[in-house]
Amino acid sequence: MPIPILMPALSPTMEEGTLAKWLVKEGDEVRSGDLIAEIETDKATMEVEAVDEGTVGKLLVAEGTEGVPVNEPIAVILEEGEDASAADNLATPTPAPAPPAQTSPAPEARPATATVAPAPAKTKPVGGRIFASPLAKRIAKDKGIDLAAVTGSGPRGRIVKVDVEGAPKTPARSAGKAQAPTSSIDARAFYEPGTYDEIPLNSMRKTIARRLTQSKQEIPHYYLTIDCVLDELLKVRKHLNTEGADAGVKLSVNDFIVRAAALALKKVPEANVSFADDALLRHHHSDVGIAVALEGGLITPIIRRADEKGLAEISAEAKELATRARDKKLSPAEFEGGSFSVSNLGMFGIKNFTAVINPPQAAIMAVGVGEPRPIIVDGEVKGATVMTVTLSCDHRAIDGALGAQLLAAFKSYIEYPPSMLL
Amino acid sequence: MAEKSYDVVVVGSGPGGYVAAIRASQLGLKAAIVERSEIGGICLNWGCIPTKALLRSAEIFHNIERAEEFGLKVEGLSFDGTKIVERSRAVAGQLSQGVQFLLKKNKVDVIVGNGSLSGKGKIKIEADGKATEISAKNIILATGARARTLPGLEPDGETIWSYREAMVPKSIPKSVLVIGSGAIGIEFASFYKTFGADVTVVELLDRVLPVEDKEISAFAAKAFKKQGMNLLTGAKVTELKKSKSGVTATIDVGGKTETLKAEKVISAVGITGNIEDIGLEKAGVKTDRGHVTVNEWCETGVPNVYAIGDLVGPPWLAHKASHEGVMVAERIAGVKGVHPMDTSKIPGCTYCHPQVASVGLTEAAAKEAGHEVKVGRFPFIGNGKAIALGEAEGLIKTVFDAKTGELLGAHMVGAEVTELIQGYTIARQLETTEADLMATVFPHPTLSEMMHESVLDAFGRALHI
Repeated sequence: MPIPILMPALSPTMEEGTLAKWLVKEGDEVRSGDLIAEIETDKATMEVEAVDEGTVGKLLVAEGTEGVPVNEPIAVILEEGEDASAADNLATPTPAPAPPAQTSPAPEARPATATVAPAPAKTKPVGGRIFASPLAKRIAKDKGIDLAAVTGSGPRGRIVKVDVEGAPKTPARSAGKAQAPTSSIDARAFYEPGTYDEIPLNSMRKTIARRLTQSKQEIPHYYLTIDCVLDELLKVRKHLNTEGADAGVKLSVNDFIVRAAALALKKVPEANVSFADDALLRHHHSDVGIAVALEGGLITPIIRRADEKGLAEISAEAKELATRARDKKLSPAEFEGGSFSVSNLGMFGIKNFTAVINPPQAAIMAVGVGEPRPIIVDGEVKGATVMTVTLSCDHRAIDGALGAQLLAAFKSYIEYPPSMLL
Repeated sequence: MAEKSYDVVVVGSGPGGYVAAIRASQLGLKAAIVERSEIGGICLNWGCIPTKALLRSAEIFHNIERAEEFGLKVEGLSFDGTKIVERSRAVAGQLSQGVQFLLKKNKVDVIVGNGSLSGKGKIKIEADGKATEISAKNIILATGARARTLPGLEPDGETIWSYREAMVPKSIPKSVLVIGSGAIGIEFASFYKTFGADVTVVELLDRVLPVEDKEISAFAAKAFKKQGMNLLTGAKVTELKKSKSGVTATIDVGGKTETLKAEKVISAVGITGNIEDIGLEKAGVKTDRGHVTVNEWCETGVPNVYAIGDLVGPPWLAHKASHEGVMVAERIAGVKGVHPMDTSKIPGCTYCHPQVASVGLTEAAAKEAGHEVKVGRFPFIGNGKAIALGEAEGLIKTVFDAKTGELLGAHMVGAEVTELIQGYTIARQLETTEADLMATVFPHPTLSEMMHESVLDAFGRALHI
């Protein structure tokens, strides 16, 4: 029986995709694990690997075809002894017979038609099987976590429940190395046993270690610092909060910062990008992440389309996301992607700092405290409330002048808030 | 003479202490153990093992009583209480010897005396009125626990017994009042009931075996009552009057006052850590309600001083103590990949008749923890082997997380369940889901088939009910 290969769903929300490139041709032998095609979505390109082995009987969808619905047959694999004519029956797209794997009921039986699995781009460890407990496997499957990106804490590195609970879903392209980075120096060698407590890394700490090491190793960071005068903003904020008190409006300075950043990204769309190795992904919307400190780590939930949202809406959403982040109740879709993040340490009195870019984003803004400082206006020293922000940019995607434009746009919105109404 | 020095010194040779010392020695550390009394501690000498010997006598006696059911004729059945106790003591003695041999084989020095912390890295040993000192890079306190006493219920060795006296009766009393229905209380109740005593159990909470799943408690209670045991739950002994023939107890049962006469009283109201005379206060080791305070690594907060087992609190189980002993020894030796104890994976067994065993969360605890649960049940009456054995009284209950299929807990009552529970414990440790348990082949005909059926039942797939 010829086995149809179906258009895979690369994310839970994907409905269709572009068949960018065939990596096999008709008549090729394929084995389980061989890469057979590249599929593009609006977010990323992923490689698709074969699950079954056999001969490629027919490619049903031409290279470059856009809008191929998920679960539509895209090729046919012939098992041993079958010839190409057997594939003809399947040549016309048939209705998708099986639901996507992640919605199939609990028992392990794999639908016969689920013959392709998205290859977690470059994350699969070379040399074989990933050891994980059945429970960890199921939790990973339900949450869409790629086990290749999880470090196991069980015996011999087996992945167990605690390792996948709270682990972020593997983003399409940025999964990076499969293991948490091991530093070349074992710190234990420098301290006498018993003089310290050894706190094993939880999965969040491992993810932070892995992703931020990857960020600093792979992304050429550079930094731009600017001062913003806040007096006007504080006045507007006070006014809006007084007016809106009855409606429960309580805007924070950070809500203004998120809105200003979103508008700045809109105004300088060349800076609203992600670096994707062979392309820049220029985003249609300003999806702005806010770094939220949690017990034992941090997470960056994302306010989607912040450019289309008013201050009150941003404020309510930010509060709600932060609360659920602290309760560890965010779904992966809520902290993945985005093009820009805001990290604010002003509440701790930090004057200025630099932040590490959260891939696949291309910039992050580190926000310091708003404090009274002397400034010079028309040659005279005046008191003002001033906040210093430092933008970290991915130089592969955003050059210096462009980053400066983005920051200048941000400053203009912050210093003259009515412009945020335009 | 220069004082001796060790990498690890363990104070107490119970199942926590001796295992810690052996493991430390296996890992190349120079280890010693300090014991003031018998090697093997309470477990081996006055707890788990000798009571199992007693209960085995009870079990055989009970089975012979049922001989006719099995087509056998036995005449003139009787027992010799002294010999039953003698056998129990001999079993304990044999195992204590065994542990001494193991310590010797593993080159662990055994030091007799009362060990206490006496300054950084020092242990004072008092024996026969003399005090010596040894030094240790690491110290593991494993001094165990003893019966808790309530005012007015202090064991006197005559009419009011703790587990210790209850284990070596001179004869089987006509009537016994057991206070407390945890594992220890219920096991003695079962033992004395089998040998013909009138047994009353008084439990403060609303059910016997209160740490077990409610359904299992209720099932066991029904079986105990059928045997003629008198169970008073939600009850409290308010007064004990001793007389020559025994005691008269005043018991408050849910607001009503009852009086009851009994020849002996067994006080089994819990245990308390042996925290005295081991130099805790001076060393700065903190205690809380009779137990040493430790973190998940059994660290006391005083550098290089650890505490394990009953001394640090519940669950008061020998196997928990041993596991902690191994964990601490491995941490000291710098073994990588050591994990702290996960109490949700420690099985508990009670050797009453019928037996009770469990691991993980009860149904109520699972729901309280926010799990949406699937519950499976299978009765012994549906199992061929159980019927063939004449042991059709029992129940196996499993609790799963409905979303992930994690086996959250397993609860059993019935014949041999203390031997069966390990199957589910391994399942929990390996994090199997219902799919793996369903796919596992269970041999026929065995009691273990019920473990399979209970899992199937949780997902509406049981075959034999």
